[in-house]
Amino acid sequence: MLPAFGFALEAPWWVEVVVKSLVLLFIVVTTFAYSMLAERKILGWMQLRPGPNRVGPWGLLQPAADAAKMLLKEDLTPQTADTFIYRLAPFISLIAAMGVYAVIPFSESGNGLWSIGDVNAGILFVFALTSIGVYGISLAGWSSGSKYPLLGSVRSTAQMISYELAMTMSVVGVLILAGTTSLAGIVHAQNRLWFVIPQLGGFAIYLITAVAETNRTPFDLVEAETELVGGFHTEYSGLRFGLFFIAEYLNMITVSCIATLLFLGGWNAPFGLTVIPGIVWFVLKAGLFIFAYIWLRATLPRLRYDRLMAFGWKILLPAATLNLMLTAAVVAVTG
Amino acid sequence: MILFWILSVVLVASAVFTVSQKSPVYSVVGLLINFLALAAFYFTLDAEFLAVIQIVIYSGAILMLFVFVIALLSSGIGPFREGPNRMPRAFVPAVAVVALFLGLVVYGIARGPLVPTPHQPTSTIGAAGNANVFGSIADFGVALFTTYLLPFEVTAFILMVAVIGVVLIAGDAVPQPTLGHHAAPKRKRRRESIVKSR
Repeated sequence: MLPAFGFALEAPWWVEVVVKSLVLLFIVVTTFAYSMLAERKILGWMQLRPGPNRVGPWGLLQPAADAAKMLLKEDLTPQTADTFIYRLAPFISLIAAMGVYAVIPFSESGNGLWSIGDVNAGILFVFALTSIGVYGISLAGWSSGSKYPLLGSVRSTAQMISYELAMTMSVVGVLILAGTTSLAGIVHAQNRLWFVIPQLGGFAIYLITAVAETNRTPFDLVEAETELVGGFHTEYSGLRFGLFFIAEYLNMITVSCIATLLFLGGWNAPFGLTVIPGIVWFVLKAGLFIFAYIWLRATLPRLRYDRLMAFGWKILLPAATLNLMLTAAVVAVTG
Repeated sequence: MILFWILSVVLVASAVFTVSQKSPVYSVVGLLINFLALAAFYFTLDAEFLAVIQIVIYSGAILMLFVFVIALLSSGIGPFREGPNRMPRAFVPAVAVVALFLGLVVYGIARGPLVPTPHQPTSTIGAAGNANVFGSIADFGVALFTTYLLPFEVTAFILMVAVIGVVLIAGDAVPQPTLGHHAAPKRKRRRESIVKSR
């Protein structure tokens, strides 16, 4: 429900959905462009160099220049590639990454939630789409018909499946406390206390697994340049590479939004500061996570692959299970 | 109703696509579309939870393993080389089986009322998070852990047996890079103890 309209729209429901989707699409893609710029700038500052500063003031037009470059580059398809699936894969990634935004509520005002659809199985829907997104990567690697992409995609598939387990387990604790799977319902359940306090363990596990899910440093084994060239997207160029790139950044923004909704009370204002509208709080909180991920990338070296898998299966998954059982026990005893 | 027919066409077409493709990866893509259409069907039947779980488990986990295996088996050499064309020999029995079951379906429809009574929900629909609502997670969980507790536990047990079996069969063949020098003998002893305890 966009507040700018100020009155109830007298249009069929699908018009509303299309308008909302277009507006959201624009916002999300712009967010992607500038979070990318922010990443390059912050990385630069952390490494004592200026970062992009040539295009526009402070490099602010850099995303536009990048987009133009992507569009104008030649789109190569290797001879050994399976053409149809090679072309299909980036779209699977991108559609899955964008589809998640259909259920994320960004704020709430008098006339309802600021979201396209309020799905009751919201958080499960997010997980479902995330699991579809893995296909983009694995099919891309397979269809490229060359060895580095294949190795990269097999790695990423194994990694994402392993960490998805721990991630889901860490979130179930929140679901038990909230008693609902609706994202808006989870936020409402945090009116008094953000779940980051009773679910500190789940929060930590979620943050770690989210980095692995989005294939970012220190878990970016998928595209480890030093050993796998470019990982699953080695053979992709031009716009198709761009689609993967967008999907990856959108996934990072998604996990930040989900972390905000599940653990930091979504658009709820802290310390009773309700003067500032909810959407500002939401953006601030999600931005905090995005900054943390960039910070991680600037700070940490890459993990070794076998350690990554051992960490996921032998530490994170048991820890998440323990957290889940403790939460369930506490909820069962207290009420 | 229009949605039903569109979904039906997608469902059947993707199923045919799955079995008629020569490249296994194309079959997987067909199966993926099939599962998604099935999930959409569940959505139209107000079974939100079932729909989402269908995607998470079948598309997200099981089919993913297919892709994994296929990708590794056909690695480096592109798609599988084509096998012999078995379609002609399979054609007659396939048609016979399809005709039989189609006949059964037609018989069933002919015996029943011509126009099916529309779906009459007994409770409010749509709020899958709440109790006492059709398809809700709360009711699903209660049913699973009370009425169907025994089948649930038996299923879990069978899956556990399968997992242990896999570990037992594949255990020795997998190298253990992380555990250092003492890894191999330790592992063997563990395996022997499992075998003995059987």
